[in-house]
Amino acid sequence: MLEVRGLQKRYGARAVLDDVGFDVVEGRMTGFVGGNGAGKTTTMRIILGVLDADAGTVALDGALLGGGDRRRFGYMPEERGLYPKMKLTEQLVYLARLHGFDAAGAKRNADELIDQLGLGERRDDEIEKLSLGNQQRAQIAAALVHRPEVLILDEPFSGLDPIAVDTVVGVLKDRALAGVPVLFSSHQLDIVERLCDDLVIIAGGTIRASGSTASLREQHSGLRYELLGSADAGWLREQPGIHVAEFDAGFAVFDADSEAAVQAVLREAVSRGDVLTFARQQRSLAQIFTEVIQ
Amino acid sequence: MSTATSSPARPGSAGPDRAPASPSLAQAAGLVAGREIRARLRSKAFLISTGILLLLVLGGIIASNLIGANAGPTKVAAVGQAQQLLDGQKGLAVTDAADRAAAEKLVRSGEVDAAIVPDDTSPTKLTIVANDEAPGSLVQQLSVTPKVTLLDPDAKDGNLRYLVALAFGIVFFSAAMTFGQTIAQSVVEEKSTRVIEILVAAVPARALMAGKVLGSSVLAFGQIALIAAAGVVGLTVTGQTEILQLLGAPLVWFVVFFIFGFVLLASLFAATGAMVSRQEDIGSTTTPVTMLVMLPYFAIVFFNSNALVVSVMSYVPFSAAIGMPLRLFLGDAQWWEPLIALVVLIASTLVVLAIGSRIYENSLLKLGARVEWKDALRK
Repeated sequence: MLEVRGLQKRYGARAVLDDVGFDVVEGRMTGFVGGNGAGKTTTMRIILGVLDADAGTVALDGALLGGGDRRRFGYMPEERGLYPKMKLTEQLVYLARLHGFDAAGAKRNADELIDQLGLGERRDDEIEKLSLGNQQRAQIAAALVHRPEVLILDEPFSGLDPIAVDTVVGVLKDRALAGVPVLFSSHQLDIVERLCDDLVIIAGGTIRASGSTASLREQHSGLRYELLGSADAGWLREQPGIHVAEFDAGFAVFDADSEAAVQAVLREAVSRGDVLTFARQQRSLAQIFTEVIQ
Repeated sequence: MSTATSSPARPGSAGPDRAPASPSLAQAAGLVAGREIRARLRSKAFLISTGILLLLVLGGIIASNLIGANAGPTKVAAVGQAQQLLDGQKGLAVTDAADRAAAEKLVRSGEVDAAIVPDDTSPTKLTIVANDEAPGSLVQQLSVTPKVTLLDPDAKDGNLRYLVALAFGIVFFSAAMTFGQTIAQSVVEEKSTRVIEILVAAVPARALMAGKVLGSSVLAFGQIALIAAAGVVGLTVTGQTEILQLLGAPLVWFVVFFIFGFVLLASLFAATGAMVSRQEDIGSTTTPVTMLVMLPYFAIVFFNSNALVVSVMSYVPFSAAIGMPLRLFLGDAQWWEPLIALVVLIASTLVVLAIGSRIYENSLLKLGARVEWKDALRK
């Protein structure tokens, strides 16, 4: 488990990070979401040791990280970059070898990733001759080619079409299943929602929420239910502990003060006619995000 | 990582799951150097410029050989007793002529360059008859010159001194400038493409810089060696071996000084290159280094006949590679002098490497504006 604790970073008078802390658990995909300038990239650069924090620690399985430990990390920087004139395979082999793989092992890893990411026909192309989407995949391959034990990816999906997103998601999930903690930032909330097991929400340099996606949803959804019945739902307004949010003949959306009030509504609805739908409304990540960062 | 990383096995993946141990500093530097060399060898600009240099050297040798051959013996017509006087004179092809009129006819027809006829009124008892200009060498040969005694018969003449200074100077200067700029550019390329963030996460900055300096140095030596080999082969094939014998030991010293001097400059270029993030800005930090290369070069080319200046220059690390071999060639230096200059050079190279790698490490990840000198040099 990667543990980030109490990170502080200032640029002059401006605090960029204030007491940033969260966990990235192995075997799980952790989404790191926040608006532009919220501190995502700064946090990731500090985790990677590319930037020094003013205070705070980063530990892996309880041991504080030193320079050498981070070699086992896979990193995809926010601003993409590979050698423009190097061929794709050659580039990946070089990076794997810098991490200690021998020539044969490096080649094997590179070939495998190139195939997994659907870059097979491009393996001998120079990076600068690849399309932007393919450059992005190459960048992901560069972060994975040394079989890292921790993955830190800054906006890995930006610039990818939906099919490419699925390909990349498949490769990353593979790694997570193999027990690698995966932290990735994104502001494409729909992808994050579909993909992450855990979520860390940052705004203005502070962590606003973190935990498993399911529990966050639970916490922030409240008791909002929707009801669709055969009878007019006007009676709901008179029901104690209930606040109607939307109303249209037999359909209504309401917030309840307590579980008991919810059950009372259900009983009342059944007694008044057929109940076609009675369900708790899950709030989308986008809604939770907007709420949390305010 | 605990057991969590090794299980469950990822489907469809071959080989070990874990990354092997990090490469040693030397291995990492070797990998970086290897990439640097391959990238350069693939650059058309580099291959073409090397080709042009080779052609220039070979062309120069062949041209000087042809010019030498064309000069050939001067053809002269000799009349009467002039024939005996010309016996034993070198570089002349003598044609006998019956009398002055016959000789003049040969000159007019262009069959000979000049005619030599007896003339009692001349101090040398000879008159040279030529069309519009008498061959200078012939005039010199037949002139009466005072006896000359040389106290230092080994001293080389001014022209040769200048040529050798120029040759050492140009080779060192052009290698330092082209390879130096290339190193700076390749450092900036890594910053501007952000590859550097991935590289630094993989290997220490020291290994990166060492690899860059090493790779460029190997290429520079390779290029110089190729040119030198072409020169030696060319001179040997065309039979101009005297120059080779003259240059022997100074040339060896030149190579030794070149190696260390180049490493020194390469690390300065790498360090100052790391201070900027865009190719357009390279000049703003590498200019001082460029000056360090240019000033001693011009000094030694312009003051090559000033013994004091050359002596000083032969000890200054930036110009020792030009100055010391020149003094050795001229026979001005004692046997121990190149050794001391070499120690000075190696010591300064080590100091510069230490400072350079500090600048490099401090500047590498600072993107955007040019890194200030005080930040770059900070511990």
